[in-house]
Amino acid sequence: MGIIMKTYTYTEKKDTRSGFGAGLAELGRTNPNVVALCADLIGSLKMNEFIDENPERFFQIGIAEANMMGIAAGLTIGGKIPFTGTFANFSTGRVYDQIRQSIAYSGKNVKICASHAGLTLGEDGATHQILEDIGLMKMLPGMVVINPCDYNQTKAATIAIADYDGPVYLRFGRPSVPIFTPADQKFEIGKAIQLTEGTDVTIVATGHLVWEALEASKALHEAGISAEVINIHTIKPLDDKAIIESVSKTGCIVTAEEHNYLGGLGESVARVLAQHKPTPQEFVATNDTFGESGTPAQLMDKYGLNSDAIQKAVKKVMKRK
Amino acid sequence: MPNIKELTDLTTQVRRDILRMVHKVNSGHPGGSLGCAEFFVSLYQKLMETKDGFDMDGIGEDLFFLSNGHISPVYYSVLARSGYFPVEELNTFRLIDSRLQGHPTTHEGLPGIRIASGSLGQGMSVAIGAAQAKKLNNDDHLVYSLHGDGELQEGQNWEAIMYASAKKVDNLISTIDLNQQQIDGCTDDVLPMGSLRAKFEAFGWTVLDIEKGNDIEAVLEGMKKAKSLTGQGKPVCVLLHTVMGNGVDFMMHTHAWHGKAPNDEQLAIGLEQNTETLGDY
Repeated sequence: MGIIMKTYTYTEKKDTRSGFGAGLAELGRTNPNVVALCADLIGSLKMNEFIDENPERFFQIGIAEANMMGIAAGLTIGGKIPFTGTFANFSTGRVYDQIRQSIAYSGKNVKICASHAGLTLGEDGATHQILEDIGLMKMLPGMVVINPCDYNQTKAATIAIADYDGPVYLRFGRPSVPIFTPADQKFEIGKAIQLTEGTDVTIVATGHLVWEALEASKALHEAGISAEVINIHTIKPLDDKAIIESVSKTGCIVTAEEHNYLGGLGESVARVLAQHKPTPQEFVATNDTFGESGTPAQLMDKYGLNSDAIQKAVKKVMKRK
Repeated sequence: MPNIKELTDLTTQVRRDILRMVHKVNSGHPGGSLGCAEFFVSLYQKLMETKDGFDMDGIGEDLFFLSNGHISPVYYSVLARSGYFPVEELNTFRLIDSRLQGHPTTHEGLPGIRIASGSLGQGMSVAIGAAQAKKLNNDDHLVYSLHGDGELQEGQNWEAIMYASAKKVDNLISTIDLNQQQIDGCTDDVLPMGSLRAKFEAFGWTVLDIEKGNDIEAVLEGMKKAKSLTGQGKPVCVLLHTVMGNGVDFMMHTHAWHGKAPNDEQLAIGLEQNTETLGDY
């Protein structure tokens, strides 16, 4: 008797950055300590609603991201909860030492909110398409790293991190992607979400790749392969237990992320498995490369970050069991 | 409130602390520390309004941020002698398991420290953020910061300097330790910065010089003037003219003692030139 697979559908697509904007706007209404900072990218980060409603709690920094990170650290001294907004590239690599010393080492309650992460930024090309940010941020002691998968989850994550006391890196993106998680979800930092139950392979995905993993699992189901799909929205702290439990059942795993395979979710998963339960693993990620200009769909196809790539990786890893 | 004699005695004792701290661990930064002793003593003993005890948010009191964190010896000595932690703890400077790290940090929970510094050029942005938080909190206390002159070669400072005047952060007094020395030599040899007064003024700040940065009365008078210039729509910059290594003759007017500790003999000479006033730790 075949397993009945849980399926996911959607009626609307939206960008995850708009989920951030909606979450920030809600925080503006509910938490008087929340303040927002932006380095000349208000529209791109969808911060207008918060700014319109709370102009006194918004700081336009100009094109000066290093200064923005320092000011955010300073604002916490006095009880504010600063949310910084700029592209992922300028939120991490450009200001790494500022984040390291003034925020992470100093233990400041700053929320670093990063849009346009990964290849799906599209036509602007590799200068703006950071594929190293998860690695950079997860290596900082005490930094929480979150990469939600759709509009609803990004909104929920934005609201949830205001209640967490400590530095957080929240990564989201530009393209419209299916909304398939519930609008009323409670976001729990560090808690993986099992989306489908399966017995042949575990697929853990983060961010935009979660929907692709669900698409892959549908196609695999038709081919007689039962895939367990897990949404890892929090890369650090990683839900080790959920991963170990799943591979104990399936015996192999594919990780999927819009990020370099060096330093990303896949490496974190490999570390957990190497320590606790050595398991064959394949990586759906970019292969130590920069991106390039193109439409998001073209890029995700060329660099192997979609449902097809996940299906291929599944077939490969299952042979290694 | 301490009188000038008491402040001078404290300054001498702070210089002894600095020398003994760096000598014990054969590392640390005595030059800039000695040059700023009068400034720190004035700030913590006379100028700043502070609450009893220490809390991170510092609402309802003046705040200070050290951007050039390598002069931690003077900072630690003055914090300890102002009651933030026991002076005996100065014995642990730079040792394993100490709250007195080589560069100041919040990580070990040392009272008085509100941000880590050491990687240069970051403190002014932090001070600006804290000053803007004060405005949001309707807290009319001031934020002070200290920066090395060589440190101004870091670009982030100029982002911060531009921002502070544009956003009218007028509850901030940023002091530049103008000793004209950095690790590799005179600032004018390493990277000449021209007139800092002209630069700060061009960026929209109110600027005042304290020509005698190692004269406690001149420092007090200058900083009181700086205080009177806050709240007028502009951030205030104090150019504090100091002598690196001040108070120890062989350490003065040279970059050689930026990051070098005295040996036993040199320590003895330094301490002889700064006789014990309040008691060594």
